[in-house]
Amino acid sequence: MISQVFILSSQGDHLIYKDFRGEAGSDVVNLFYEKVTALTGDQPPVVMRHKDVHFVHVRQGGLYWVATTTADTSPFTIIEFLNRLTALVKDYCGSLSERSVQMNFALIYELLDEVVDYGYIQTTSSDILKNFIQTEAVSSKPFSLFDLSNVGLFGAETQQSKVAPSSAATRPIQSSRDQGGKSEIFVDVIERMLVVIGSNGVLMKADIEGEIKVKCYMPTCSEMRIGLNEEFSIGKSQLRGYGAAVRVDECSFHQAVRLDEFDSLRILRLCPSQGEQTVMQYQLSDDLPSAPPFRLFPTIERDNGGRLLMYMKLRCDLPPKRSVLDPTRLQSFSSELNLSQELSSPDQSAELQPQSRAVVWKIPRFPGGTQLSALFKLEVPGFSSASMLEVGPVSLSFELPKITATGLQIRFLRLSPFQPGPAQRWVRYVTHSDSYTIRI
Amino acid sequence: MPYIGSEDTVRDLRRVLSNPNVQSDQLRYRNTILKVIRAMSQGVDVSGLFSEMVKACATVDIVQKKLVYVFLCSYATLNPELSLLVINTLRKDCQDPNPMVRSLALRNMTNLRLPSLVEYVEQPLTAGLRDRAACVRRVAVLGWAKLHNLQTNSEIDAAVVNELYSLLRDPDPVVMVNCLRALEEILREEGGVAINKPITHHLLNRLKECDIWGQCEVLRILQRYRPQSEDELFNILSLLDVSLISPHPPVMAATLSLFLSLCSGLPAVGLAALERVRGPLLAACGNTSREMQFTALCHIQLLLRSLPGLMGEHYKRFFCGYAEPAYIKQRKIEVLVELVNDDNVAILLDELRGYCTDVNISTAHAAISAIGRIGRSYSDKCLEILTELLGLKQEHITSAVVQTMRDLVWVCPQCSRTVCSAVEGCEAEIQDSQGRHALLWLLGVYGEQVSSVPYTLEVFIDGVRSEASVGVKMELLTATVRLFLCRPAETQDMLGRLLHYCIEEETNMCVSDQALLYYRLLHCGIEETRKVLQCRRSDPSLGVLIGRPAEPINQWSYIFNTLEPLRPGAIETESATIGGSPEHMTFDPKPNNDLSDTLSYSFGKTVRSGESEHVQCPTIFRCSPQSLQAAMQLVNIQTLAFTPPHTLPWRVYLYTNTQNKHSADTCHGTLILGELLYTGEEIQKKSKDEENVGVEARQDKREEEREEDTAEGRSEKERVKKNTAEKGIKVTLKQQPRDEKALKGFLSVLTTVLHALSSE
Repeated sequence: MISQVFILSSQGDHLIYKDFRGEAGSDVVNLFYEKVTALTGDQPPVVMRHKDVHFVHVRQGGLYWVATTTADTSPFTIIEFLNRLTALVKDYCGSLSERSVQMNFALIYELLDEVVDYGYIQTTSSDILKNFIQTEAVSSKPFSLFDLSNVGLFGAETQQSKVAPSSAATRPIQSSRDQGGKSEIFVDVIERMLVVIGSNGVLMKADIEGEIKVKCYMPTCSEMRIGLNEEFSIGKSQLRGYGAAVRVDECSFHQAVRLDEFDSLRILRLCPSQGEQTVMQYQLSDDLPSAPPFRLFPTIERDNGGRLLMYMKLRCDLPPKRSVLDPTRLQSFSSELNLSQELSSPDQSAELQPQSRAVVWKIPRFPGGTQLSALFKLEVPGFSSASMLEVGPVSLSFELPKITATGLQIRFLRLSPFQPGPAQRWVRYVTHSDSYTIRI
Repeated sequence: MPYIGSEDTVRDLRRVLSNPNVQSDQLRYRNTILKVIRAMSQGVDVSGLFSEMVKACATVDIVQKKLVYVFLCSYATLNPELSLLVINTLRKDCQDPNPMVRSLALRNMTNLRLPSLVEYVEQPLTAGLRDRAACVRRVAVLGWAKLHNLQTNSEIDAAVVNELYSLLRDPDPVVMVNCLRALEEILREEGGVAINKPITHHLLNRLKECDIWGQCEVLRILQRYRPQSEDELFNILSLLDVSLISPHPPVMAATLSLFLSLCSGLPAVGLAALERVRGPLLAACGNTSREMQFTALCHIQLLLRSLPGLMGEHYKRFFCGYAEPAYIKQRKIEVLVELVNDDNVAILLDELRGYCTDVNISTAHAAISAIGRIGRSYSDKCLEILTELLGLKQEHITSAVVQTMRDLVWVCPQCSRTVCSAVEGCEAEIQDSQGRHALLWLLGVYGEQVSSVPYTLEVFIDGVRSEASVGVKMELLTATVRLFLCRPAETQDMLGRLLHYCIEEETNMCVSDQALLYYRLLHCGIEETRKVLQCRRSDPSLGVLIGRPAEPINQWSYIFNTLEPLRPGAIETESATIGGSPEHMTFDPKPNNDLSDTLSYSFGKTVRSGESEHVQCPTIFRCSPQSLQAAMQLVNIQTLAFTPPHTLPWRVYLYTNTQNKHSADTCHGTLILGELLYTGEEIQKKSKDEENVGVEARQDKREEEREEDTAEGRSEKERVKKNTAEKGIKVTLKQQPRDEKALKGFLSVLTTVLHALSSE
C-alpha cells in the first residue's frame, strides 16, 4: 500500500507530489530530503523511517522517486513499482531527466492517477494505459539541425542512414499515434559483464547478465517473431548442434511471450505492447564462450627517486575493426601525489582524481586486435615497499557495440502477418561492463 | 519552497482565469490551468484560486478536467463549502456515456475526502458497482473503502459488503483484487476479508489472470488461510510452484512468504521452498536496479539464517563490483562471510583482501572485520592477510586491523603469539580512540609476550594529559596495572605516575574512581590484584558461538518480505554477540570486549536483588567444562561462558531457544538466558566478587546502559523465587518474551541435567 508518491530533483526541488490516502502531511517531502542528504556514504538509503512513515526510494535519471508506505509492505513490490513507474515515465516522456519530468508534469499526474488508486497499484501495462492517457508529451529536445546529420546530401540515401541514430529510441511513444509517424520497432540485446581477472591473468570470475528488450513505437502490432541462434541452449546438460553452442545458465521470459516454437526452433513469439519491455533475461556464470575482451599486462616498480612507475599494456582481443569506447580506471594512493604520464597516442588522456584516489586513463577509441600502452609515474611521499600492495585493482568501463559476450544473435525479426505501412525494424547489440576488474 | 512573490503569481493567474476571452479559447484556458498546477506542485499556495478552478471544471475537454481534478483534490479539504459546487458537475459526469469520464468523475468524487459530501457520493458509487465498464467498477469498489475510512465510526452497510463479496466473481481481475483490498479495509475490525475454502480456491484459480501486482495482493491475503487437510495443502503448494520461481521478484517473494506461512508446521517443506527460490533470488541480485539488488541481498541474509549452505557454491555472485555503492558492497561482504567453506576460503579471502584498500573507509573496515570473522575458523590465513595490511601503514586500516585482531584473540587465544608480534610498533599509526582502545587491551593482556610494551605504554602515559577519550584512559589504567603484574620492575615508575595523575588531576569521575580503585586494590596485595585483573584474557568455551546453528524458519519468516530486513543493522550478524560489530563501535568510550563482564554485571544485579532459584548439587563445579557443555547441548542448551573448574565463585552462562508449538500466534519461541552461580560457603568471597564485578562494569557503563535499555524495552525479566538451602547453585534466568510454561520446563530440564552431572 502506497501512501504518497513524490519525485524530487537532486537539489530537492519538488517536481511531483501526489497524496493517495491523505494520511501523512506534505511536509514529509522536505523531511525525506533532509534525511537522504544527511546520510553518510555507507548507510543504506533505500529504506528510511520517520515515526510511522517509511520512505522507499529509487534513484533514476538523477531524480529521487519516493514512495511512503507502512512497515509491513513488501519492499520488492514497492521497488519494482517505482522502477516500473520510471520506465513508464520514460516511455511517455521520451527520456528521464529533471527537465523532461518538469515539462511533462501534467502527463505524469495523469499517469499516477491511472496507475495507483487509493494507494493500490491498479495497472502498469502500457497497453491498458494508452486508452486513458490523454495528455501529449512535450518533447524536451527542440528541433536541431544536428538531427538531420544522417540525411545525406540532397536527401540521397547514404550508407549512414542505415544505422539508427542513438537518440532514435528516446522519444515519447505516443507521438507515433498522433503524427502518424514512423512505426518502428527496436530490439536491443544488452549484456552486462562482471569479470574479475587475477593478477596472474587467470579468469577468476565471469558473469554475464543479459536481456532482450523490445521497444515498440507501433500503435498496433499483431505478432512478432524473434528468432534466436539455433544452437542456443540453456543449462549445462543441454547442448545443441556441433558448432560453438551459445549457452546460458538460466533464462526467464516475459509473461506475454509464447514459447511453443522455442524448444524446437528457438523462436520467441509475442505481441509487443507500446513502450519498452524486457522480453527475456538470461544469466551465464563462470564460463565465457570466448576470451575476455581486454587483457592488461602491468609492470609496477619503483625507481631510485622513490617514484612509482606503472607501465600498463592493454590489449583488446576483439576481432579487428571493432572500435570501442573505453575509459580505464586505476585505483591508487591516498596521499598527495604528482602524476606524470606517457601515453601511446595523443587522443588519450589521463588524470589523477584525488577524491577517489584513482588514475583515470581515458581512451576514446580502441580498435580490436591492437595494443595500447601507458607509463604513469607517481611521486608518493613516504613510499615503502608495502605501499605496492595498495596499487590496484584496475577497473575498466567500456561499451562494446555490436557485440554480445555470450554470442547470442537475433536470427530474424518478423512482424506477422500484416502491417499497415512500412515498419522499420532495428536490432542492436551492446555489451557493457558492469564491473570489469583486473587485479595487479 | 515557496517562491518569492507567490501572491503576485496567484493574482496574475486569477486575472487570466477569469478573463472571458481566455475561457472561450480552449487551448489558452488549458494552458493557464497547467500553470496553476505547475505552481502547485512547486509548492506555491494556490488555494485562493479555488472558485475559479471550480468553474473551469465544467468542460468537455478531458485533459482540462483531469488537471482541474488534481487541483480540487489537493485543496478540497480547505474549502468544504465551495467543493459542494463541484459535486453537481461530478454527478452529471457519472451519467456520461464515455466510461472514462464516468470513472474519472467517480474516482475524484471519492478523492475529495470531505465527510460532508458522503451523502451525495453513495448513490453514484452504488450505481458504479453495476456499471458495464470494468474501469468504472474498479474505481467504485475502492471508492467504498475510501468512503468507509472517511467516516470510520459509521456502521458497515451489510448490503455493500455482500455486493463486494459477490464482485469477487467479477470477470475483470483488477475488480476482483480491488474487492479484496476494499473488504480488507472495510472489515478491518473483524480481521479483514473472510478467507474460507471456496474463496481461497476461487482466488487461486484466477491467480494467473492477474498482473503481478494483483498476484502479490492475493498471495498476501491468502496467508491467513489454513488448509483443512494435508492433501489440500499440497495441492495448493503445487499450484503455487510456478509463481515461486517467477522472474518477477515481488511475486516470488510473496509466494515464498505464503509458502512459509502455510508450511509453518512442516519445516522440511519450507526448506525445500528456500532451495527453490535460490535461482530467482540470485537473479534479483543481478537486477539492473541497485535498490532491487539491495533488497534481494537483505532477504538472502535472512534465508541464510536457516540454510547456511544455501548459496555456498554461488559465492562468486556476491563478489563486489567496482562501481557498486558502499551499502551494497557491505551487505555482500556480510553474505560472503557466511558462505566460507574449505573449498572457497582461499579465493574468498583473496577477494576480501582486495576490498580492504577500498576508497570508502567503512567498506574497507567491513572487509577487515569480515576477514577477522573468517579468522575464527581459518586463523592462519587470515592473520597473514591482517599482518600484511598493517604493513600499509595507513591510519584507518591499522586501527581497524588492531580492533579485528583484538576480537579474534578473544575467541581464538592460540592466535595471540602472531597477533602480539604483529601489533608491535603500530601504535604510531593509530589515531582514533577505538583503535587505541583495542591496542591497549591487547598490550595489557599479552604484555609479557611483547618486549616493547613498557615503552609503548610510557608514550601513552606521557601523553595522557592531552588524551580526550575517557575510554582510552580507563583502558590505559587497566593495561598498565596488568603489565605491572607481570613486569613490575619496568612498569612501577610509570604506573605510579599514571595513578598519581588520574587520582589528583583527572576531572572525569570514571577515570579517577577507577584509578583509586586500582590504588586500593594494589594496597590489598599483589595476589588480590592478580585475581581481579588476570582472570579474563579470553575464553575458549566461547568457541560455541562461532558456528551459528541453523535457525528454524519461523524465527524470521514473519519479517520476510517486509521493510524490516532492509533496515540498517536489522539482521544481527554473528559478531554482534561478541561485540566487535559496527554498532558497538559507535559507542565512545568503547565498551570493553569482555562479554562475560557485561553479562556478569547485568546478572550480578539480578542476583543481588535476591530472586533466583537454588538447585542442590554443590559438586557440579568440579566437573569439567567439556562434559558440562556436552551434556547441556544434548538438551539443546548452549553454554556461553564458564569459569574454570574448581574456582570460586563458579559461574556458567547459558542460553536456549524454546519453541512453542501449541499456539500458532506465538510461534516465535522465547529466548532464555541463564546464569549458574556457585559461591561456596564463604560469604566474604562473594562480596569481593561483587565489588570486582562492579569495577569491571563501570568500564562498560555505556554498554551496560544500552543493555538495560533494551532489556527494559523489550523483555520482561523473569525471576523465580524459592527459598532453599544456601549451599545450592543459584540459577538466575531472564526470558524474552515471557512464557511461564517454557520457563518452568526449562528449569526442570536444567535441574535434571545438573543432578545427573553431579551424581557422576
